[in-house]
Amino acid sequence: MRAVADREGVRDTGMEAVELDRRLAATWSTPPGLWGALSTVDHKIIGRRYIVTAFVFLALGGVLALLMRLQLAQPEARFVGPDRYNQIFTMHGSNMMFLFAVPVMQAMAIYLVPLMVGTRNIAFPRLNAFSYWMYLAGGLLLWIAFAVDTGPDVGWFAYVPLSGPQYAAGKRADIWAQMITFTEVSALAIAVEIVVTVFKQRAPGMSLDRIPLFVWSMLVTSFLVILAMPAIMIASTSLILDRLVGTHFFNPAEGGDVLLWQHLFWFFGHPEVYIIFLPAVGMVSSIVATFTQRPVFGYLAMVMALIATGVLAFGLWVHHMFVAGLPRLGESFFTASSMAIAVPAGLQIFCWLATIWAGRPIFKTPFLFVIGFIVVFVIGGLTGVMVASVPFDTQVHDTYFVVAHFHYVLVGGAVFPLLGAVYYWFPKLTGRMMSETLGRWSFGLIFSGFNLTFFPMHILGLQGMPRRIYTYQPEMPWSGLNMFISLSGIVLAAGFLLFFIDAIRSARSGPVAPANPWGASTLEWATSSPPPSYNFARLPVIERLEPLSDRSDPLGIVEGLYTDRRELLITGVVEARAQARESSVGSSIWPLLAALATSAMLIWSIFTPWAVVWGSIPIAVALIGWFWPKGDPEDET
Amino acid sequence: MKHDVVLDVTELPAHGLGTASLSWWGTLAFMLIEGTGFVLSIVIYLYLMSVAPRWPLDTAPPDLLAGTTLTVVLLVSLIPNVFVTRWARSQDLRKVRMGLIVMSLVGVLPLILRVFEFPAMHIKWDQNAYGSIVWVMLGLHTTHILTDLGETVVLTSLMFTRHGDNARRFGDVADNAMYWNFVVLTWLPMYVCLYWVPRL
Repeated sequence: MRAVADREGVRDTGMEAVELDRRLAATWSTPPGLWGALSTVDHKIIGRRYIVTAFVFLALGGVLALLMRLQLAQPEARFVGPDRYNQIFTMHGSNMMFLFAVPVMQAMAIYLVPLMVGTRNIAFPRLNAFSYWMYLAGGLLLWIAFAVDTGPDVGWFAYVPLSGPQYAAGKRADIWAQMITFTEVSALAIAVEIVVTVFKQRAPGMSLDRIPLFVWSMLVTSFLVILAMPAIMIASTSLILDRLVGTHFFNPAEGGDVLLWQHLFWFFGHPEVYIIFLPAVGMVSSIVATFTQRPVFGYLAMVMALIATGVLAFGLWVHHMFVAGLPRLGESFFTASSMAIAVPAGLQIFCWLATIWAGRPIFKTPFLFVIGFIVVFVIGGLTGVMVASVPFDTQVHDTYFVVAHFHYVLVGGAVFPLLGAVYYWFPKLTGRMMSETLGRWSFGLIFSGFNLTFFPMHILGLQGMPRRIYTYQPEMPWSGLNMFISLSGIVLAAGFLLFFIDAIRSARSGPVAPANPWGASTLEWATSSPPPSYNFARLPVIERLEPLSDRSDPLGIVEGLYTDRRELLITGVVEARAQARESSVGSSIWPLLAALATSAMLIWSIFTPWAVVWGSIPIAVALIGWFWPKGDPEDET
Repeated sequence: MKHDVVLDVTELPAHGLGTASLSWWGTLAFMLIEGTGFVLSIVIYLYLMSVAPRWPLDTAPPDLLAGTTLTVVLLVSLIPNVFVTRWARSQDLRKVRMGLIVMSLVGVLPLILRVFEFPAMHIKWDQNAYGSIVWVMLGLHTTHILTDLGETVVLTSLMFTRHGDNARRFGDVADNAMYWNFVVLTWLPMYVCLYWVPRL
């Protein structure tokens, strides 16, 4: 060993690999046991935790969907009553949007982005831990409320006046509104972490034109989160204020306005669709590049399409309100912008098709899910262009046609790529491979089950079946299709069950994965599967877009970092030139305590406004404990 | 995999300052989030005004004295704040301590004035939608003064401990000063909206 030691500590310069790993592990590892688990700030542990929790919520939301299909399979069924049915569809939508779709995409980013940009931890690791605890608390709040028959029953977008003080007595609507606060706080926290990680912690040399497409997609998504989510936080806060202290934001009798709610909700709600879709686009690009064995066609066009989608996403919200009686000119504008967003989406589809055309595709499970994505999402996109037109939308508004459309867009656009991504990155997440055989079965069942379940809903909608009804009369011409849909739902559920079985089984006893099982070219595959606590023993230097594509040309590395404190590199925003060595904070219990204090205040404030006053004191104490220096080596400069 | 050492970072600073600091960027991102919140509150104000038959609803425009005095106080507070930023950049511990004490005291003044601003609106939050939005806007901004004051007081105490003389702390002081600028500057459009738009 030839370690260079100076007054401050030991650097990695010239250190041998075994010694370096030993020292870095001692500095970066999360201590074992419960305390370690509660205080960890390792982005990989928190990311995995986030992903698993989100999939648990997916499974729970799936069970709710099955309950609804059971009820709707026959006319005038008595399996679920109207009140419980209202709670079930509200829970299904809220759970899938706020507790599954957005968090799972951000969770994948928490795990992957630091690895893909070649750094050792996410920016603001303690905020990351705090974010997870807030998310978990929000999820528990919603589901425990549902378990005690206080689940929200006002639809996932909680329109006033139905959700206002006059028509929604009790605390059900408040539970919904406060769950929003929990999940938005956690989502905003991750967005800030991702933006700063991508801006400032990229490996030296990873200039803007060498950022992997998945990282680009998460960067754009994070800005969407930052700009869209304040709208829903203000909306849900105003709703709670109307319900708790008698403000009149949404009360027309005292100068308020119910459409204000719809504007605020959809100003968030439409970008929300892209907050879910854009990460999926990044996943598709990663998978397509690896399984066609060539770079994605049109990198610049892809990045521009991501940014264009992000900008246009804020100009579409009124198309959710076409039947609300808005001025005609406004409707025409929003029709045009809604159709315009099909352009960047189409551009990306054609870039992927060109990549597949020019590449040598390998039809493994992740790639199958990408093919499924292209088919399903294109159908969802086409019905999207249809409902962008006001006369057509007026006809099918609030019918099963819309239900079919948004499941095609969201499941097709996000869940298919996500499942592909889980198969693709599973070795990096767990160190083991998932089963190719079960994967193919699972894809086949999910793809056929999905189309058989949701395609007939278009027809049901055109036949006039409204959404959100708990039953229908036998005279209606809907019962045959409904029975067919419910039976197809079982096929879909079986596909998901198989996926879960495969994931759990493989995590325990799947074949051990090498560092780069698919021969991929992005940085996360340059380290072992799963990566060590410090991600990279030596931070890489990047000289091209696909750093692992040329095996004969080894990765350049950085030298001169301390090994006895958590240290990473800060680089410039554009060219990613190294600017500073920076420390990264270690484990701390304070984020959990801060989350507990915040949760207590938020839940208490459903009942009395004074909770905001008294509940802020423990939060302030927790935050001071969090930020007060403890004399760690990470605090030195 | 084989490796070549292509970059030696031994000589790089052990902490990023200014735009090389993560917390500087983090502060900026949180300002973007909160700034969006402020903008939306103004949008709601204007939206409610657009659907109202007259504005302000069933009351007179707010009295100018408390709000205008507060605006002047906030603007004047930028002067010591600029000095604190400069001293933090030059890492002058004695001056930073002094500046932070001044800023802690300066932070209390707008809170006192704010107490007089709420009654100057001539309306309660539960009387009508106009009352609701002006109370929420004032409340939202008050929260920001309060949190920044809290942060300033904690930082002031911190600078008097052994942890104070540290480039990281000076960075925190500079970021905190930047955040105060944000709290002052976001008030200006809100002041115009709350006090002058009803007089149009």
